[in-house]
Amino acid sequence: MIPAPFDYTRPTTVEDAVTALRAGGAGAKVIAGGQSLVRMLQRRLVRPTLLVDVGCLSRMREVVEEPDHLVIGATTTQHELLHDARVRAHAPLLSLVARHVGDPAVRHRGTLGGSVAHADPAGDPPAAVLALDGEIIVEGPRGERVIPSAEFFVGPFRTALEPDELLVGVRVPKMGEGWTVHYEKFRLSAQKPTLLGVAVMVRRVGDCFTDAHIALANSGSTPVRATAVEVALVGADVTEEAVTKAADLLDGTMEPFARQGVSQAYLAHLARVLTRRAVVAALSW
Amino acid sequence: MRRVVITVDGVVHESEVEPRLLLVHFLRDVLNLTATTIGCDTGNCGACTVDLDGASAKSCSVLAVQADGSTVTTIQGIAIRGERHPLQRAFHERHALQCGYCTPGMIMAARDLLGRVPCPRPEEVREALQGNLCRCTGYQNIIAAVIAAGREQGGPA
Repeated sequence: MIPAPFDYTRPTTVEDAVTALRAGGAGAKVIAGGQSLVRMLQRRLVRPTLLVDVGCLSRMREVVEEPDHLVIGATTTQHELLHDARVRAHAPLLSLVARHVGDPAVRHRGTLGGSVAHADPAGDPPAAVLALDGEIIVEGPRGERVIPSAEFFVGPFRTALEPDELLVGVRVPKMGEGWTVHYEKFRLSAQKPTLLGVAVMVRRVGDCFTDAHIALANSGSTPVRATAVEVALVGADVTEEAVTKAADLLDGTMEPFARQGVSQAYLAHLARVLTRRAVVAALSW
Repeated sequence: MRRVVITVDGVVHESEVEPRLLLVHFLRDVLNLTATTIGCDTGNCGACTVDLDGASAKSCSVLAVQADGSTVTTIQGIAIRGERHPLQRAFHERHALQCGYCTPGMIMAARDLLGRVPCPRPEEVREALQGNLCRCTGYQNIIAAVIAAGREQGGPA
């Protein structure tokens, strides 16, 4: 399958990339690794008139450590998330999730920023960023803007990014004492997209949960937080029974963007089972 | 049209290409390097896997313009002084191919693994070849061949 024609530019600075996006108007689209976009171009699901390639902007491929946060450059690849010592130490959920993205060759090119900006409701990294309460750092003609992940994903493949804005990084809090993480993913066969993914971060003090962040992939038109389960877990005993009870509170009325032919009842059951498994697995992390 | 300079298998190629041209089509149709095959054209099968700047990539999922300034190694460029690469030899000796269509990608993905993990365990080989499909179901022999090539290349037996 051959994409429709488009123009291509490879800016050398973030400023030039923003200028190119602005000049390109509604027809401009950013490409980084291209692991989702090239597919969509081939199927002509998107028909940009201009591709702005940010894959070579070195400033966007840095991981910067702040006292309480990591700022992960947008073009950091899934492979790098999997192996970078700082990400593994301070944001292990992102490393865990990266392992579930594509295959080694795809992870060599696919980027965190690309996955977040692509906003596939079944994408694994967006759910992790949401569970982390990550912030999306954006550059545009009006300067820098920071968007909380809870406000960033607005619909299937739709985000709060303006057409002339560029996602330059993702800022996540460093994981503190007592937190453990897990990502549980289910798909119907080896190369199918995620049918359901559950990103979990829990904090325990003694025998008690003190914090819980749980985000689901493909349970709605965007990644969503399982707020009812989070609330039920906080203060609960660290027992499998308490975890099961909390997971059973999961809203069963989910409307995934891509249902993949399974029934509502199947999905609701799956979500509860995976959420329980994910929390239990996080505890033994 | 856009001018690109891409080094492929040690030769510098300068070409005018349409931005929509995929790297795999650049290799096969522009440079006539047809050993790299196109299997699915959807990023699943891995037949078109090449080395792009030191890391495996599916050349059907990369635009040729994205590879401007890059170094590409294909299955046609891995022989060492005219001798088959240890992986090529191991695939041949251990019957790790039947129809051979997936083989260029299998070998390039395996080469990427051996570059990072010289003596991989069977699970590591399986994981590394996750994105490469063989429809003759020859996986057992492929895994055995990759492990054998790793040992031959210098790891302890």
